[in-house]
Amino acid sequence: MPTGFTGRDIISIKELNKKEILLVLNQAEKLKRAPEPELLKGCVMGSCFFEPSTRTRLSFETAMQRLGGSVIGFADPGVSSATKGETLYDSIRIIGQYADVITMRHPLDGAARRAAEATEKPIINGGDGANQHPTQTLLDLFTIRECQKRLTNLSIAMVGDLKYGRTVHSLAQALIHFQPTFYFVAPDFLQMPDHLLEQLREAGIKYSLKKTIEEVVNKVDILYLTRIQKERFSDISEYEKAKNLYVLDVPLLAKAKPNLRVLHPLPRVNELSPAVDSTPYAYYFEQAANGLYVRQALLGLVLGKL
Amino acid sequence: MRAYKVFAIKDGTVIDHIPNGKGLRLIAALKLNDMNTVLTMGTHFTSKRLGRKDIVKIEHKELSPSEVNQVCLFAPTATINIIREHKVVKKFTVAVPPVFTELVICPNSRCITNHERTPSTFYPLADGERLRLRCHYCEKIFSHEEVSLR
Ligand SMILES: [Zn+2]
Repeated sequence: MPTGFTGRDIISIKELNKKEILLVLNQAEKLKRAPEPELLKGCVMGSCFFEPSTRTRLSFETAMQRLGGSVIGFADPGVSSATKGETLYDSIRIIGQYADVITMRHPLDGAARRAAEATEKPIINGGDGANQHPTQTLLDLFTIRECQKRLTNLSIAMVGDLKYGRTVHSLAQALIHFQPTFYFVAPDFLQMPDHLLEQLREAGIKYSLKKTIEEVVNKVDILYLTRIQKERFSDISEYEKAKNLYVLDVPLLAKAKPNLRVLHPLPRVNELSPAVDSTPYAYYFEQAANGLYVRQALLGLVLGKL
Repeated sequence: MRAYKVFAIKDGTVIDHIPNGKGLRLIAALKLNDMNTVLTMGTHFTSKRLGRKDIVKIEHKELSPSEVNQVCLFAPTATINIIREHKVVKKFTVAVPPVFTELVICPNSRCITNHERTPSTFYPLADGERLRLRCHYCEKIFSHEEVSLR
């Protein structure tokens, strides 16, 4: 049965409906249980990283290789033609002649959409500036479902820089399909943007705005932490005050429900104490590892092999 | 003599009720200069509705609503008259088109459209009285007042 994914670009999580999201998650789950080392044999993935992101790049490249495919591309814009003034459009058009699928990351918003216009080959967006990073959202959803055994009706706290954080915006939007209750934990000036809250209200999603982790830790199934960047604070004394409110340490987890799991897109700085790693609540390393299966599922789907 | 302030045309399109001073912008936005046909523009005409207005006449070329609707961002009052044999055979007003192409400049400085030649594409979001626009590339949403035009 056709999946509707063959040849399709994966640019923005907004373009996937609930059924399609679940299809990707189900395929990822299958691949996690039963690897398919021959699935993409003979296929070539172009890996185009116009901005360094070792983690995302290695995850995509490993995904392709573990499905039997091969990888061409570049990881450093210094060695690509971008520095010689070639447009993104031309670069992608050329690489599209060699590769069956292109995964890419680019520092500018909208770059993936533009790239998709340059080639008939499917583009998988691995992050375009501050805009979209759909594979991160899918691996977050996959991980939430894996550790809670469901996606619907969960209580989810998001903590940290909620104003500028692309990861939490996309995840919150994607979760609209699954009737969550949200707690947004951040200082006022880093709270979720109004347009996003408006979208949640329109969709009838319950949410509340909180100032500390302590207020929510006994209520939630998922505690999704993100990094608070010092650069966001205009007043350094404000940063000093704020930073400890958003640091998760073991004592803070004393009132947690037994099924609570802590997620974090990584890399972490100091908002997530390494002491949490050895508690049963830690699930962020599993989360990172799940990126592989979700990316495998997408590669298999857009190449028409799943 | 009113009709002859800008001479009457036999066949073509008359765009009337253009906000005063926006005629040249309209000519540029619709690329009327490239059409290689006689083009006349009048400005500061008296208008009951607008006080002052501009008028543009294009000879031997009938514009379609989908072409002209692009101007609704800066000339929402414009009316379009299709002329055949000196007679108005069709008359329509400007409406919001499904997409704006090559007209809006994305206010997001980190948008790819501001870094390499990319045909600008914006989708209007009908939202009551407010007209908001979403960039096809960076996906950001802007109010009508925030954007500038080419
Ligand atoms: Zn844009």
